Amino acid sequence: MEQWLDLLPPLMRGVRVTAQLALASTVLGAVLAFAAGIGKLSRVTPIRWLSVVYIEIFRGTSLLVQMFWLFFALPLLGVRLDPTTAGILALGLNIGAYGAEVVRGAILAVDPKQYEASIALNFGPRYTLWHIVLPQALVEMMPPFGNLVVQNLKDTALVSLITLTDLTFHAQNLRNLTLDSVPVYTLTLLLYFAMALVLTFAMRLLERFIAGRVGATQARARS
Amino acid sequence: MLFGIPWDLSSEWAFAVSILPILLRGMVVTLQATALGFAIALGFGLVLAVLRSLPIKLISWPTAVFIEFVRDTPLLVQLYFLYFVLPNYGIILPAFLTGAIALGLQYSAYTSEVYRAGIEAVPPGQWEAARAVNMPTWLAYRDVIVPQAVPRVIPALGNYLVSMLKETPLLSAVTVLEMLGVASIIGDRTFRYLTPLTMVGGLFLVLTLVSAWLVRILEYRLPKGGLPLK
Repeated sequence: MEQWLDLLPPLMRGVRVTAQLALASTVLGAVLAFAAGIGKLSRVTPIRWLSVVYIEIFRGTSLLVQMFWLFFALPLLGVRLDPTTAGILALGLNIGAYGAEVVRGAILAVDPKQYEASIALNFGPRYTLWHIVLPQALVEMMPPFGNLVVQNLKDTALVSLITLTDLTFHAQNLRNLTLDSVPVYTLTLLLYFAMALVLTFAMRLLERFIAGRVGATQARARS
Repeated sequence: MLFGIPWDLSSEWAFAVSILPILLRGMVVTLQATALGFAIALGFGLVLAVLRSLPIKLISWPTAVFIEFVRDTPLLVQLYFLYFVLPNYGIILPAFLTGAIALGLQYSAYTSEVYRAGIEAVPPGQWEAARAVNMPTWLAYRDVIVPQAVPRVIPALGNYLVSMLKETPLLSAVTVLEMLGVASIIGDRTFRYLTPLTMVGGLFLVLTLVSAWLVRILEYRLPKGGLPLK
């Protein structure tokens, strides 16, 4: 048991890096998801094409390949990214592409009657999008977003392969040092599991908060 | 030279053309790993789905925890775990098999959820009818429930197949020579990473489009109401 506890300090250093990476890439992914999701529905053809190309490329290829490309291939085109930037960029671009489809689906799920009402009330398209459509779509998006956020956390493990010192990297180092795989990897898996549970819980709270703000909660039954 | 095929460094285009057969050898390994992993996921996923729906709490609860644990932890760490821990217990497998098993294990957690959803989507009237004609439970599953559940879940399973295809490059971390592993070796030896990695990206895009198209054809050709009951 003691040796297991001894393994915790180095692993916790990795947890910190993983958490930072997950947070940064989720934020980037969220921004890209909205940009590309809404962009794919745009009537301006170049924007729509750009969104489609971005989504197809980053959903259709492997995340690890994207990461390796950004880290190993891009320097040969003159752009040298440090591992952290490459990692966050790859993770964000990837999860943004999946998120874009979620955003698009949620926006398309908004009742057409809402659009008719906003035309009747003389709201412009941008106002309609921001104040009418997006709040309702946001409620629809949260559950799949929750899944994507956990998926992103799991994907952060790949950055260990481009020399970023995240949890998996530290686990590999410890394993090479102690040659004792079972405690190292079991602890690592448990730490990731714990992080995933925390994230899921946080996302569920966020879901409920947004539903409340938008007014989508069901009326409380009066007994 | 890799797999006995030399590459041509005279120009970028010649290089690209000369490494294509090498990358295709890697693609064969990618496809094999995906096929084996998916077969494991389909089979073990069904086992997990059945175990989870059993009325015996002592079995269904640990199964649910196991499924959640596998779903929420990274494939890479699970892969390392299997790769380094199994030999400790005397099970020495080639890296390819370990990789396929890791893929199959993680995706069986996903497919078990898909199976459960599909089985639950079959109208309860079917169960009642099966009971009414005195069918034993296993026969009801085999001839009534599963044929109706299968077409419903094909799209979801197809999506997971495509996802698994895109996760195979992880196997390069345990020395499996699939596409990304091959491209990395070429890059390490020639210091030219741009062409091999871009080609691998393009090949994955092609594979994804082809398999998505195949899944759509399968979905189209299976009757929506279910496979014909015997």
